[in-house]
Amino acid sequence: MSTPTRTDQNLGTDIAGGVGESPLRPDGTLKVKGEFAYSSDLWLTGMLWGATLRSPHPSARIRAIDITEAVRTDGVYAVLTHDDVPGDNVYGLEHADQPVLAADVIRYQGEPVAIVAADHPETARRAVAKIVVDYDVSEPLVDPERAAFDVDAPALHAGGNVLRHLPIRKGDPDATADVVVRGEYEVGMQDQAFLGPESGLAVPADDGGVDLYIATQWLHVDQKQLCRVLGMPANKVRLSLAGVGGAFGAREDLSMQAHACLLALHTGRPVKMMYSREESFFGHVHRHPAKMRYEHGATRDGKLVYVKAQIILDGGAYASSTPAVVANAATLGVGPYKVRNVAIDCYGVYTNNPPCGAMRGFGAVQAAFGYESQMDKLATELGMDPVEVRRRNALHEGATMPTGQVVDSAAPVAELLERLKAMPLPSGPEASDADGYDLRLLPGGVSNTTHGEGVRRGVGYAIGIKNVCFSEGFDDYSTARVTLKVTGGDAVATVHTAAAEVGQGLVTVQQQITRTELGVEQVVIQPADTGVGSGGSTSASRQTYVTGGAVKAACEQVRARVLRQASKVLDLPASQLRLHAGKIVSADETVVGAVVDILGDETITETVTWRHRPTHPLDDNGQGNAHVQYAFAAHRAVVDVDVELGLVRVVQLDCTQDVGKAMNPDAVVGQIHGGSAQGLGLAVMEEIQVSGGVVRNPSFTDYLIPTILDMPPMRVDVLELADPNAPYGLRGVGEPPTISSTPAIVAAIRHAMGADLTRVPVQPHHITGTP
Amino acid sequence: MKCTVNGRPQEIDDVWEGESLLYALRERMGLPGSKNACEQGECGSCTVYLDGTPVCACLVAAGQAQDRDVVTVEGLADEDELHPVQQAFLDAGAVQCGFCTPGLLVATHDLLERQPQPSDPEIREALAGNLCRCTGYEKILDAVRQAATAKAEQ
Ligand code: FES
Ligand code: FES
Repeated sequence: MSTPTRTDQNLGTDIAGGVGESPLRPDGTLKVKGEFAYSSDLWLTGMLWGATLRSPHPSARIRAIDITEAVRTDGVYAVLTHDDVPGDNVYGLEHADQPVLAADVIRYQGEPVAIVAADHPETARRAVAKIVVDYDVSEPLVDPERAAFDVDAPALHAGGNVLRHLPIRKGDPDATADVVVRGEYEVGMQDQAFLGPESGLAVPADDGGVDLYIATQWLHVDQKQLCRVLGMPANKVRLSLAGVGGAFGAREDLSMQAHACLLALHTGRPVKMMYSREESFFGHVHRHPAKMRYEHGATRDGKLVYVKAQIILDGGAYASSTPAVVANAATLGVGPYKVRNVAIDCYGVYTNNPPCGAMRGFGAVQAAFGYESQMDKLATELGMDPVEVRRRNALHEGATMPTGQVVDSAAPVAELLERLKAMPLPSGPEASDADGYDLRLLPGGVSNTTHGEGVRRGVGYAIGIKNVCFSEGFDDYSTARVTLKVTGGDAVATVHTAAAEVGQGLVTVQQQITRTELGVEQVVIQPADTGVGSGGSTSASRQTYVTGGAVKAACEQVRARVLRQASKVLDLPASQLRLHAGKIVSADETVVGAVVDILGDETITETVTWRHRPTHPLDDNGQGNAHVQYAFAAHRAVVDVDVELGLVRVVQLDCTQDVGKAMNPDAVVGQIHGGSAQGLGLAVMEEIQVSGGVVRNPSFTDYLIPTILDMPPMRVDVLELADPNAPYGLRGVGEPPTISSTPAIVAAIRHAMGADLTRVPVQPHHITGTP
Repeated sequence: MKCTVNGRPQEIDDVWEGESLLYALRERMGLPGSKNACEQGECGSCTVYLDGTPVCACLVAAGQAQDRDVVTVEGLADEDELHPVQQAFLDAGAVQCGFCTPGLLVATHDLLERQPQPSDPEIREALAGNLCRCTGYEKILDAVRQAATAKAEQ
């Protein structure tokens, strides 16, 4: 044992790779070597392949299902229908209203009806094609307004078609103003379009239970739903996170989880399921399409007097996370602005369209297109600069939201806009160089649609607001188990959580927090599984906040135990000791011991369940402290528009965002880039085309997401104004950049063409005005 | 079906005629590095070299690879090493979920073979067939620039 006098007095440099640095991600090497095991890569000897029969109709009754021919197919091991579900044939995140396999009613095109397991994926698909379903097809209910307000519309669920109506009432409902602008806006159905298809491997276990290896956003909410479907206790339904190829909300609901488990338990063989891209479009929920009517009243000097809005969100056939989407759209419905008088009615509605649920920025994305379009309209009406009108109404710390909630940490709305405005603008529009135009820099690109004629430049601004973490009184927590012991002569920390790494870099941040809190360099992140308590969902920009908070808290308890032990061994008060780079340091900055010596053979483990401060439900007027934290990002878009052909090229897309504390600056910027790109997609290209409840473009040939040619250079300016309520002062990062990117681009297109646009994605005919 | 993959001879039996090279690599040869984000030739996640030319392995029938030479992401560098392109993607933060990465690595590898110092518009054109949903491509551009520099210094 070291004694104080013999201890090396070199304090050493800080442990590298802690909070605020940008260490490389621990899974990065495997990913660039092609060795990272995604859920679609899993393989076991003797495994079977699952396939799903889905309804081609959006609205029907099932008269009969005949599986005879499918069962007879060589290589087929099981064909299952609703009759084979041992537990309750229903699932759902908050409202369990969705059948695992349709029993009688079909409510959307793509609803699963039967599942097959076979020894080759093609055999499974062919067997699926041999199942005969007798459908009694009916007229689908596809207009959300009709679904909500027409008393003659059929009710798709027992409680009627309005899943949630949330009114927000603040101030004087009859307020009037000198200047009034009105607008109706629409947002199309966007797809998350993660690249890694829905997939997983279910393995039947000797104890009669099942082990599921799965790409998901929340292991424990999957487990809870599976237990009900399978009729098994949680200790029999064990989930492990397989590699996740992106999520963006689309993995919050179950897709193939229950089906794979049913097939595995039925056949006694491991069963892998993996959706094709086409099936993926039917296998997960999408972003809610929205119809919004806004009325803004303001004074002549541009101060908002009132905002009235009606927001209708099409939830499609099943509930998914619609209630929470409604809450966000309503509570954030006026945007990051101070408004004394607010009357908003937001509706989440059932229809026979594809089910909609979580996608990055949900609720806030739709509303932002409405309120930011209105702010531009107001600026035009007043003859005022669009940034100036926003600045005059900018939310700030201490201001009150339409819910009555006081914003109690930084809200640098004006500053984000001012910093954006101060950034240099790119030159252009693209001028000819010596050899003529560079087609690659013009709208239409190498399609050679213009050499500059008809091309106009436009600049647009937008800012958005997002709540971080789960709201409205939800018990939102995460669990972390941190272990410290000596391995190979070094102190090594191990972190075990059930929180899902989906690409964002949570595993890196967990290592960073542990290095900072424990002063050890080596931190092993164990695979996420249900062997430890819930980590909550990887959504709502919450994981660094909540699982980060849990890891920090667990590390603090481990550290306290190390210091208590050191105090005993060294006979010094624990309160005067701290850890630094593997050393025990006393109050006078003397190195008094080494962590490895204090630990010896002992393993210190602490498991902590950590909660953010509580939130509260909203009352009948939509009043209440419903949110934990607000986050803000702003964008400036520069576009070139070929106004004759309606083609758009986004030339530059700059972003300012307050992140409270940049835990990993490189990863923060990566989130801002990626989120901005998804907002660009919604602005100018991405929409699931649904007509009569039928999806017309379920492929990457017809549903376009931005390529590297579509994405402009992005300048990113990150502010770090600490939130005193959050671990390290951090603010959730992932969603805000998706919110303001879309309205900024549309504002820039309007600016270029000098006319109004009321729907996203903007299509060429919206610009040219041709039918 | 016989071919060479990453320098090693491979032989697989009972290839169903509808099986793609991607399926053969992933499910029969134990090389799941090449990815399957669309299986329709739209995303580039399955990009491999076939006789030195990058192709979408999902659009090549397994039988078409008979007696030919395939290189996948797993073959870009020796076991414990990283190719400069792989190192650059890692260092630049161009990898988030990483599902697009194997295809982008092969496409970038090919670009730098043909054009060791590509301009930004050349990079964008060369990688236009590779979708990435996570990064917005900014750090992928950084990675390609860094890889070009690293290769030049080698
Ligand atoms: S999987 Fe081959 S191009 Fe998408
Ligand atoms: S890193 Fe996820 S798709 Fe590119």
